Amino acid sequence: MRQIQTFTSTYTADVSGVPSALYELGGMSIMHDASGCNSTYNTHDEPRWYGSKSMVFITGLSEMEAIMGDDQKLVNDIIKAAKELKPRFVAIAGTPIPMITGCDIEANARVIESETGIPAFGINTNGMHSYVEGAGEALLHYAKAFAKKNVSKKPKSVNILGATPIDFSVNGQIESLKKFLESNGIKVISNFALGCDIDEMANAGEATVNLVVSSVGIKVAEYLQNEFDTPYIVGVPYGDKMKQDLLNLIVGADAIRPHIVPKNVGASTASPLFLSDIGKSAKNEKIYIIGESVTSKSLAKYIYYKYGHVAKVISAVELGNTYHGDVVKDLKVRENVALEKFDLHIEDEDNIAEAIKDAKMVIADPLYKPIVPAKAVFVNHPHEGFSGRLFRKNIVNLVDELI
Amino acid sequence: MLRSVNEEHGNVAIGKSLKEINADAPFDTGLEYGCPARGAWNIVHTGFLVPECHEVFVCAANCLRGVVLTAAEMGTIGQFSTVTIKENNVLDGDMEELLIDGVTSIIKKLKKKPRAVLVYTSCIHHFMALDLSHCYKTLRKRFPKIKFTDCYMNPIMRKSGMTPDELMRRQLYSLIDKTDKKDNGINILGNNYATDESSDLVRLIRESKYKLRDITYCKTFDEYEEMGKSKFNIAYLGVAKRGLYDISKKLEQEAIFLPISYEPDTIKELMKTLADKIGVDITKFDFKDKEALAKLEEAKKLIGDTAIAIDYTFTPAPLSLAKLLLDHGFNVKKIYIDSIGEKDILEELKNKYSDRDIMFYPTVNVAMRKNDREQSEKYLALGQKAAYFTDTNYFVNEVECGGHYGFDGIKKLAENMIEANAKEKDASTLIQKKGLGCNCLL
Repeated sequence: MRQIQTFTSTYTADVSGVPSALYELGGMSIMHDASGCNSTYNTHDEPRWYGSKSMVFITGLSEMEAIMGDDQKLVNDIIKAAKELKPRFVAIAGTPIPMITGCDIEANARVIESETGIPAFGINTNGMHSYVEGAGEALLHYAKAFAKKNVSKKPKSVNILGATPIDFSVNGQIESLKKFLESNGIKVISNFALGCDIDEMANAGEATVNLVVSSVGIKVAEYLQNEFDTPYIVGVPYGDKMKQDLLNLIVGADAIRPHIVPKNVGASTASPLFLSDIGKSAKNEKIYIIGESVTSKSLAKYIYYKYGHVAKVISAVELGNTYHGDVVKDLKVRENVALEKFDLHIEDEDNIAEAIKDAKMVIADPLYKPIVPAKAVFVNHPHEGFSGRLFRKNIVNLVDELI
Repeated sequence: MLRSVNEEHGNVAIGKSLKEINADAPFDTGLEYGCPARGAWNIVHTGFLVPECHEVFVCAANCLRGVVLTAAEMGTIGQFSTVTIKENNVLDGDMEELLIDGVTSIIKKLKKKPRAVLVYTSCIHHFMALDLSHCYKTLRKRFPKIKFTDCYMNPIMRKSGMTPDELMRRQLYSLIDKTDKKDNGINILGNNYATDESSDLVRLIRESKYKLRDITYCKTFDEYEEMGKSKFNIAYLGVAKRGLYDISKKLEQEAIFLPISYEPDTIKELMKTLADKIGVDITKFDFKDKEALAKLEEAKKLIGDTAIAIDYTFTPAPLSLAKLLLDHGFNVKKIYIDSIGEKDILEELKNKYSDRDIMFYPTVNVAMRKNDREQSEKYLALGQKAAYFTDTNYFVNEVECGGHYGFDGIKKLAENMIEANAKEKDASTLIQKKGLGCNCLL
């Protein structure tokens, strides 16, 4: 049956994705929720919480406020806190009950912006999607609000898009990636948004190419592409060969054709980085990687380069584009993001179990183990987005460790 | 009038002095912050006190995330499953079907069938007016050998009606059947921790030859069901009071509420109440009060004027505790509390100690996120939140009294304060673990 998890966990939800993406940017993120979202977020989804002063709060929505549609309390409470704490911006994320009562989060954000003069945006999360949706929308809103428009391109430069602890923990992976790029003469203009600098993020339009390191970064990449004609590459460079591929593409950025063609760039002749060549030689070797699509696909590419085996990726969360429906059979959508035709997008435990029933090897978060066939080799690949802090100490900095 | 706190550091004035604090509206309400002290149990931890049970949560993904990882961290994910509500269920109105079929599918896949299934529904079900009776009736029909009960994760109700925590402490006993075969048993209800064997309460019960039952003692579901045989039910936590009376009425047992207190006279009165109810001569009972108060004096000598902070998660009677300590010369300076239930004791404190530098702070106010935690002097904290907010490693790491009660509880408190004052703990590691006392895989 769909929608049940008998033995496994569940992914970080959209509403937690919003504060995670915006955590370091000086704003105030508010989850419009009764309670529970705050402790879930700051216990299981936010490794930076302890001792930090980043402003993430809930509204403490009550039964009566929900029934009476008392949005004024929401607005008043946020305005009061904003005047007291003086955030750079205000982001409001919705949860199930505001969705049911039809709370207009975006309109409330506009009222708050008008009253306080502080940029505010509402994000229509409802607690029913994964962090990919919430974090993706949050970065998109942030870029729209704060990326300077009139900037000129800087050669050999990139933005890193889609970095949050949910996919990369706090073990230095993004710092390693940045260090690798800069040691090879590539200027990292900005990083959205882990270990980031808000002044640098304002200059995101200067980059000649964007590097999308998780599906969280797809939406903001599409925006920067449309706004600044910046093509984007999807993937995380695991291992020396992928790193060299990445350098070649960035250095030759003028020749890059993004896989979604910008309006004024002309016809595309090239495929996005990392993905296409595996597909051409795909054969089912019964190796499965379960997780977020971009990081999982990158790991599959590494395995292919290193060992010659083709691993099939099962994306268990949304793919990062604007499509919200069931895409298991929708090849068109799959081609638009990280996955390939032979990969799968499955979010239900039963269907994942069915897909891997003949597996020889499964690479996934340890909390997937109960549904992995006993005969298959299971490779622990902890993912904060699935198991939270439980295996944090075992999360490997793959950017550094894989060669 | 608000009092400024380190305003030179840009902190927001939020603390109120003892003289200023108002029991009915201690602090402004508004947006809420959650500090990273996680020792208090949640409804997942408490539910697992039912032996041989399986928990199923039926909620949206964001609500499921915190509870499934609670179970994972305590090593019980094998007894825990979830059913995810999505938009289509809300729009199609098939939430009864989703719950029934989801729970059915889960139970069918479990190799070892549980004796009981705790099904937790959420705020969405409340708002969508789900027909829960139909759901449970159908499940009971499908699985006649399994007992089902309704539990709730509906935080939207925490400001109206019974809170989720109160509900949980009632529903925890809802699987017990009424029986006419009563014995000389006494149940302690509503606690996550077993009450100390050395406590006044347990000693009196045991010395009176009554059989003590507590869900925390139960290893099997059969033992749990035997709680229905007891004549009396006792609770001493405020959060368990409503459940105490509801369950006692249902099971035809006599309810005795003996709220935690640190007042010597009150403790003696409470124990007399119990003794009278169960037909015991209290005059023959050794309270060991002198021993307890002597230990407290010893603690005062060792701790001296070290500043003390108390938070409401440490005990359900934080003001009673503060008064005990102040009465014995301790330097209580900060109390972290969001609402005040002990109004009479607050008045006593005001009458007696208004000239002292005693400040009250909320724990959920957004300013508590921004304000500096660093203190200019050493603090001994009683409770995890007090430890966090005063940024101290000198703290007594307990929640909800930790099973201490009466004069023996005062003695344990004094011993723990002496130990905490002498030796630092790793606060950031300890207080972030969920469900203090539960198994924890972190």
